[in-house]
Order: sequence, then C-alpha cells, then structure tokens
Amino acid sequence: MLLSMKETILVVGGGIAGMETAVQLKALGLTPVIVEKNSSLGGHVAQWNRLFPDMTPASKVLEPYDEALKEVDIYTDTEIASINSLQKEYAAVLSNGKTLRCKAVVFATGFKLFEAEKKEEYGYGIYDRVITNRDLERWFDTRSDERVPAKPAAIGFVHCVGSRDVKAGNSQCSKVCCITAIKQAIEMKELFPDTEIYCFYMDLRLFGKKYEDFYINAQRDYGIHFIRGRVSEVAETIDGRVQVKAEDTLSGKPVKVKLDLLVLMSGIVCDRANNELARSVSLPLDEDGFFRSLDNIAGVTRTDRKGLFLAGTCSGPKTVPETLAEARSAALQVYQYLKAKKK
Amino acid sequence: MDFGFSLSPSSAIELDTLDSALYRKLCRIEPGARTCIACGSCSATCTAAEHSGMSVRKLLLGLQRGRKAEVERMLSNCMLCGKCTMVCPRGINTRRVILTVCRLYDNVEGTL
Ligand SMILES: Cc1cc2nc3c(=O)[nH]c(=O)nc-3n(C[C@H](O)[C@H](O)[C@H](O)COP(=O)(O)OP(=O)(O)OC[C@H]3O[C@@H](n4cnc5c(N)ncnc54)[C@H](O)[C@@H]3O)c2cc1C
Ligand code: SF4
Ligand code: SF4
Ligand code: SF4
Repeated sequence: MLLSMKETILVVGGGIAGMETAVQLKALGLTPVIVEKNSSLGGHVAQWNRLFPDMTPASKVLEPYDEALKEVDIYTDTEIASINSLQKEYAAVLSNGKTLRCKAVVFATGFKLFEAEKKEEYGYGIYDRVITNRDLERWFDTRSDERVPAKPAAIGFVHCVGSRDVKAGNSQCSKVCCITAIKQAIEMKELFPDTEIYCFYMDLRLFGKKYEDFYINAQRDYGIHFIRGRVSEVAETIDGRVQVKAEDTLSGKPVKVKLDLLVLMSGIVCDRANNELARSVSLPLDEDGFFRSLDNIAGVTRTDRKGLFLAGTCSGPKTVPETLAEARSAALQVYQYLKAKKK
Repeated sequence: MDFGFSLSPSSAIELDTLDSALYRKLCRIEPGARTCIACGSCSATCTAAEHSGMSVRKLLLGLQRGRKAEVERMLSNCMLCGKCTMVCPRGINTRRVILTVCRLYDNVEGTL
C-alpha cells in the first residue's frame, strides 16, 4: 500500500537519471520537482543519435518522458543558488528566486565529457580532421560538419581519450567508450563500405550484454581493424589529412597511418562545477571527483548524509540502462527513508 | 663518407601502404579468421611452437601486416595436428586457416 505522502522531493538535474527518478517518485505518491540548468531536459542522451546495444534512436528513449512528466513541476534554465539543511527538511533557493522546501534531495547531476583539446597531442581544435565521439553523434543527426569529409578513405578511432590517464587527471575507465567506438565504427562502415577503419585501443572493455557480439561483428562482418596501442601523437600532413603514430604492441613495432578523419573517444569525467553544491550540503566527493555513495555495493544511491540521494552518472560512469535502474532504486530509497521517518 | 655508423631502414609499419592482399583473400574464404583476439591459446598448445616458433596468432598478425616471408617460414613447421583449433575461444577453424594460407601461397588451383 502506498503511504499518503505529498512531500516535495527536489531532483537536481533533468538528464535520464533525474527524469526517471521523478517519474518513479510520482508513481510512489510523492511530489518531485526537477531543476535543470539547461533549457531542455534529456542531458547527454539528447545529444546522442542511436544507442548501443540495440541501436535504439535516443529520441525514442526520451519521448515517453514528455507524457510521463506532464504533472511534474520542472524548472529549466534554473540552478540551485543554495541548499540549507533545516531541522527536518532542506530549503533550496533556486536561481529564479523561488525557495523550495523538500524532505529529500536526489542529485542526478550527471557527468561531463572530457575536453579533448586538453590532450593537445591529438590535435582537437587544431587540425581540421579531428573530431570527438560527441561531434560524430551530432553529425549522425545533422549530417553537417565541415570536418567530416564526403568520401573518407580511412578513419581512425582513438580509445581512452582523457580516461585511464593520470596526466589527464582521470585514472578511471569511462566504461562506455569502447562500445561507443565500435558502434560508431560500424555506423561509419555502413555509410562508407570502402573505407578502412582502425580502432586504436589499450584494452577492449566490452562488459555489457551484446557488447562482445558487436565486437565480433565489427571484426568479421565489417573488417574493422583493431590495433593494440595507445596513439602517441597526431600530425597534419601536407594534403590536410592526419597522420597517427602508435606502437603496434602485438608486433612490437611502431605503426603509422594516414587518415581522413580521426575520432577521439572522450571519456566520462566528473562535473567539477557541482563541487560547490556538494560542499554546501557536506556531501563527500570520491577521489575521482564524482559524488561518493554510501558504499559501492548495496548503497550506491545512498549517501552518508540524511535525506540526500544519488542517481546516475553523478557517482561515476554508467550506461543508460544502469542509470535507469539506479534512478528507480533511488526513488525507492527516498520512499523507504520517508516511510521510516513517519513511524 | 663514413661516419662510423649506418642507419638501418625504419621498422615502422605503415598501415596504409602495406600489402595485406593475402590476408584479404584469406578472410574472403575464412571470415572467422578476422575474429582473432590474439589470446595466444593456439601457440600455447602447439607442439611445434616450442621448437619452431609456429603460431597461428603470429601468422594472422603477420598476414595483416604484410610479413609474407615470416609467415611462409612459420607454416613449414606446422604438423596440421589441429590442437590449436580445439582451444581457440573464438571458434576459428585454425587448421583450415593454415591449409587455406598454404594453398594461397601455392595457389594450387590458380583460382583463389
Ligand atoms: C559518447 C557517449 C555515448 C554514449 N552512448 C550511450 C549509448 O549508446 N547507450 C547507453 O546506454 N549509454 C550511452 N552513454 C552513456 C549515457 O550518456 C549516460 O548513461 C547518461 O547520459 C547518464 O544520464 P545522467 O542523467 O546520469 O547524466 P547526464 O546525461 O549528464 O544528465 C545530467 C543533467 O543534469 C544537469 N545538471 C548538472 N548539474 C546541474 C545543476 N547543478 N543544476 C541543475 N542541473 C544540473 C545537466 O545539465 C544534465 O541535463 C554514452 C556516453 C557517452 C560519453
Ligand atoms: S571503455 Fe574502453 S575506451 Fe573507454 S576508458 Fe574504458 S578502456 Fe578506454
Ligand atoms: S595444427 Fe599446426 S599450428 Fe595448430 S597446434 Fe598443430 S602444429 Fe600447431
Ligand atoms: S586461439 Fe584463436 S583467438 Fe586466440 S590467438 Fe589463436 S587464433 Fe587468435
């Protein structure tokens, strides 16, 4: 039986995590309010074209939320100016001047895509033929980006850009970019069957359901070449292409190739813009800068602060299904928390 | 002029210019060959490997990188026992791959 609770729950962030949390809170009889700093909901998923592992259009995943969130209060273009912990609740002051009193707060503030220009040796923002995974997703949507040539003879994908890289300030694996590289490589091969495609990887981390099948298809059916070696540098050639250097570690020899397009797999990093917000409610951060869960096994969506919960990639890299599962779990945790308080 | 030293030719592999025609032919006949993940099971189990350097893993990589002579040398040491096929986690019919490569070298039928 549902408790009759009309309590307001603040959901910070309107990506897939925040939207799903709000839908579930609503279904549990609570009153979620979404605060989103951008002008529209959807977060990063709204920037992707098709999603692994089923190649579902991202728009199809987002669509149902229009209807599902109809009766939920949503503030877009709005940020949290401050949150104060009162005796039995939180008071959040929004950038639009409103104050919200809420019984619990769910942080669903997501991640930031690593800024590829920080890895200068890869030439993003310097050479015309270097783009990121995000740029390529946008291109799949719009088919307009001057950096993508009409008939590329060769395309390269660089794995682990800004991930597993202490010097880039992120020693963790971003989890989603190996499968994204393979997905995008296959999509490009479908568009350009005669193009040679090379993926430069350190390890291939294809942990999820169907991911290994993607890999086998990429090898066998699409003839995509996998070169084990981290790209060390990229240089522009005289004819405006790019030359990539790495070591072919399986042969133990240096390897070079000239490409018409190089796609950098920018990783999932923490959004430092939210450090201040975390500090204001004494929410601890992990060494990797993401929000710290109570623990990483059974308490991923809980924190050591009363009434504060986490959902999605604000606590670390996650796929969409993982994010959704967490959002549902976070909503239940909020419900249990309020129920326990009522007793 | 003698500087007392000489430069050896670059050992760098140039992916866009190397000759991988043989590998492509092989893959047309045996598409499974493309799925090798360089795990090394085949070489680890191979009785010929210890004494001769035979390795299906190196054979497949060698063909991809255009090292035809190295591959040819290796092939002569295989006894076609098929142990490598038994252990390959990708289910590649390595024994048939070896035979196919041999036929491609000999071009027995002249049609491959
Ligand atoms: C290149 C790439 C491709 C991917 N492709 C796939 C795929 O095909 N399939 C798949 O399963 N997963 C994919 N993922 C993973 C997927 O993007 C994430 O799982 C998903 O975006 C996580 O959603 P989220 O809501 O946690 O975070 P986000 O999508 O980052 O959303 C967070 C939201 O919170 C808002 N926000 C942040 N801070 C504040 C604040 N202080 N106040 C108000 N609002 C705030 C942001 O504006 C944003 O709207 C991909 C990831 C990458 C990097
Ligand atoms: S998922 Fe793959 S590309 Fe991404 S950081 Fe991990 S190993 Fe690197
Ligand atoms: S078939 Fe050849 S390569 Fe395979 S295990 Fe036997 S000797 Fe080694
Ligand atoms: S056992 Fe199979 S997958 Fe492993 S290296 Fe040999 S051929 Fe490749």
